[in-house]
Amino acid sequence: MEILVCVKRVPDSAENEISVGPGGADIVRDDLVYSVNEWDNYAVEEAIQIVEREGGSVTVVSACDSEAEEIVRREMAMGANQGLLLTDAAFTGSDGLGIATILKAAALKGKYDLVLTGAQADDGAAQVGGMLAALLDWPYASVVNKIETNVGASLRIGREIEGGNHEISEIDLPCVLSIQTGINEPRYVGIRGIRKVASVEIPVMDSEALGMAKGAVGATGAKVRRVDYFVPQLGAGAEMIQGSTEDVAGKLLDLLKAKGGIK
Amino acid sequence: MTHEPFSPATATLFGMPAWVLFALIPFVGLACFAWIIARRAVPLRRGAPDPRFERVPERILLVVKIWLAQWRQPRYMLAGVLHIVVFFGFLILAARSMQMVVLGFVPGFVLPGLGGALGAVYNVVKDLAATAVLVAVVILAVRRAYFRPARYAVPEKLGKDHTPEALFVLGLIGTLMVSESLFEGAVLAAEGAPAHSATPLTLTWTFQQALAGVPVSTLKGINLAAYVVHDLTFFFFLCLLPFGKHFHVITSIFNVFFMRLRPGNVKPVAHGVPDAQLDGLKSLGVKTFEDFTWKHMLDFYSCVDCGRCSDRCPANHVKRPLSPRFISIKARDLCFQRYPIFGKPATDAVPLIGGIYSEDEIWSCTTCGACEEECPVGIEYIDKIVDLRRGMVDEGTVPQSIQKPLSALEKRGNPWGKLEKKRASWTEGVGEGVTVKLVETGATAETLYFVDSITSYDDRMQKLARATARILTKAGVDFAIIGKDEKDSGHDVRRFGEEMLFQTLKDHNTEAIKASTARRIVVNDPHALNALRNDYADVPPVEHISEVIARGVGSGALKLEPLSDSSRTYTFHDPCYLGRHNGAYDAPRQAIDGIPGIRRVEMEGNCRDRSFCCGGGGLMLFHEPEEEQRMGVVRVQQAKAAGADVIVTACPFCLTNIEDAIKVAGLEGRMQALDLVELVDGQLQS
Repeated sequence: MEILVCVKRVPDSAENEISVGPGGADIVRDDLVYSVNEWDNYAVEEAIQIVEREGGSVTVVSACDSEAEEIVRREMAMGANQGLLLTDAAFTGSDGLGIATILKAAALKGKYDLVLTGAQADDGAAQVGGMLAALLDWPYASVVNKIETNVGASLRIGREIEGGNHEISEIDLPCVLSIQTGINEPRYVGIRGIRKVASVEIPVMDSEALGMAKGAVGATGAKVRRVDYFVPQLGAGAEMIQGSTEDVAGKLLDLLKAKGGIK
Repeated sequence: MTHEPFSPATATLFGMPAWVLFALIPFVGLACFAWIIARRAVPLRRGAPDPRFERVPERILLVVKIWLAQWRQPRYMLAGVLHIVVFFGFLILAARSMQMVVLGFVPGFVLPGLGGALGAVYNVVKDLAATAVLVAVVILAVRRAYFRPARYAVPEKLGKDHTPEALFVLGLIGTLMVSESLFEGAVLAAEGAPAHSATPLTLTWTFQQALAGVPVSTLKGINLAAYVVHDLTFFFFLCLLPFGKHFHVITSIFNVFFMRLRPGNVKPVAHGVPDAQLDGLKSLGVKTFEDFTWKHMLDFYSCVDCGRCSDRCPANHVKRPLSPRFISIKARDLCFQRYPIFGKPATDAVPLIGGIYSEDEIWSCTTCGACEEECPVGIEYIDKIVDLRRGMVDEGTVPQSIQKPLSALEKRGNPWGKLEKKRASWTEGVGEGVTVKLVETGATAETLYFVDSITSYDDRMQKLARATARILTKAGVDFAIIGKDEKDSGHDVRRFGEEMLFQTLKDHNTEAIKASTARRIVVNDPHALNALRNDYADVPPVEHISEVIARGVGSGALKLEPLSDSSRTYTFHDPCYLGRHNGAYDAPRQAIDGIPGIRRVEMEGNCRDRSFCCGGGGLMLFHEPEEEQRMGVVRVQQAKAAGADVIVTACPFCLTNIEDAIKVAGLEGRMQALDLVELVDGQLQS
């Protein structure tokens, strides 16, 4: 199976102190370290596992980020067979639809049976996967947490729905799936693995190579513009449960049950 | 013995001269033994290289101490003493056994040098030895069969109980003792003269007495039968040894000779491959049986199944899925299966993880070293665990819980992903009169205080950094810290198998330390101590703060006030990487005792080199293996049982685990954990 996995480079919220920049429309990026978006990492692991079982190859693609090579290389160290970077000055400032449009062009350049995206990104809006599917006119399933591949021209996929219940669907190939964390346990990529693929050439495609009209994407084509970031005011209302350890545990259990946290 | 009334060498058996058979038995026995040993050597030759011929005098001393003097045996008193009896019995009876073998075809044979007075002395000693061994064997058998010490139990999923094998071998040893004594008792009875009495109350003497007056022809038959039994048992036993735990009778002397000499250190990924060339290796770490070094395979052969390692293993104690004893036994079983005595050795590459070992099992180890401290034959476990982890890291099978901190260490140089520029933030509020010089601002000092990650960033542990700075100042030490350019020492990165990341951290820190121009290093974290002292090269000498305090108290440079509350009892918890791995047991105790009037008790049986691990430091803080209880809780209960209210330790990870454990054990308010630097800092005379 030929699988395309779309990945994004994001500031890792666990390894950064995020603060809003002076303009309000972006965060302070001076001291940030970046990593691959967590959901995307699960998607790549899932693709690698499918290919390990069924054969085929995994291509990892990242769009609109000239510094994404680092994370694409990391996913190749993980086991993806090819990398692909989609960069062009004209892509800068694309909104979700723009990014989906660029990814669609890349998806059509190859012969993919399956396209995976993360369910969402740390700094995203969980929109690209669905838009990409629509642009490709392929079927789409979101927040997928299980994929079975042994049913011919379709897949059996599982999704977690409200209340912790699971839903199993069959979906025809080719299709787009957005992947939920927890679908697998992504393998570790060490420094040695990254060094092994350090000299592998990663092809870059620009708007011309993708055959895209200028102005359709990027800041000029964007119909959604970010206006402001703000840090919410700290609210009151935290309740401190008092008493002995057993009392506290008991009250906490009641509260969690009452608020629907557990059954 | 030259006047023996009869001899097996001159006897007739099944109508032919018996000496033919008695010459054939050793010939066949030795040939079989040589074949078996040659086959057992096959995997060792396939194992990874492991040069162990350096520092030979030190190795000989180890053999004298640990093998010959049985140094570690009395740590388990009853079993140890009984083993010593059997061990020395075997050594003493080795000469007699050789003589017995030759007596079958050379009548009246005496070993050179054992003919005269020395021989007479030897005869007394060997009679006593045989008797003592028999008594020991009987006690050991009763103990194994009826009292069944818990540490010999075999968990159901790990196969059958090993008691029958143990009892069978004890039976063989007993048979050897009885047949040897009966053989000689019959001769002495036939001689019939009180002048040739065996040593009273020995086994030989008993037989001599019992057989007195029996006709010589019967005695001759008894003597011959005893000889046949002894000869057959002897060679059967010899050839049986390499099939199980009794292989140690042969291998232990070599295993002790080749045991690891550098405590604290971890073996290189591959001997003979410089760190810079590790990227060129096809595979890293141990993934299949053949990836183990030959010494590690010899370890498997040498395991006595005594269960001491697992008895002291904190992971095993809290029912994590790890028992060091079975790391050895499972590998030995696999080895015997892959390398049969008859038939071709296996050539396929079978992964150990998912085979005989599980991932959780290998991630359960805190590398505390209690197992290695205990093993009477010098088996090493930490290097094997680290090698297996290296293999898993290379394959990408790393628990999700550890992947985040590893990624943060790679990007930010600390496992929490905190900002580099905040590494020295703890210095705010260090107090008046205390200046912490920063190398990053161009300052230099004689001593470098290497703070390491947890003490730099963790809110609670920053107190230890400030206390350390105040103590150093009071002790008149001119010191500086690196600041934002210091990265994690990588101590546990290495022990979790991520060697390449460790190398990166080590190289970075080595440069930063060199650039500081400091001539010595002080740390408060034993993990940093161990990394800088035993893992790094080319850095100045490293000292733990407890050693600085002990010296300061001793010289009077540090003057300590008496405690304001004298009602409390203190105990010291030895951090594994301060005590077992670096031998600093006394300095922290001297430091505590430097406080006038302090009452300190020991957790007897669980202190110093038998300290019980708090739960593990470094990346182990992020990993939560399956367990029934926290190690820290066990430790807190041990302290409570010793009558202590305050547990003093000297390691930020121990402090973290023990403070948590006090809460988990429901002892909050009744027990307290303190770091040595906090305790001392609080008593500094102004």
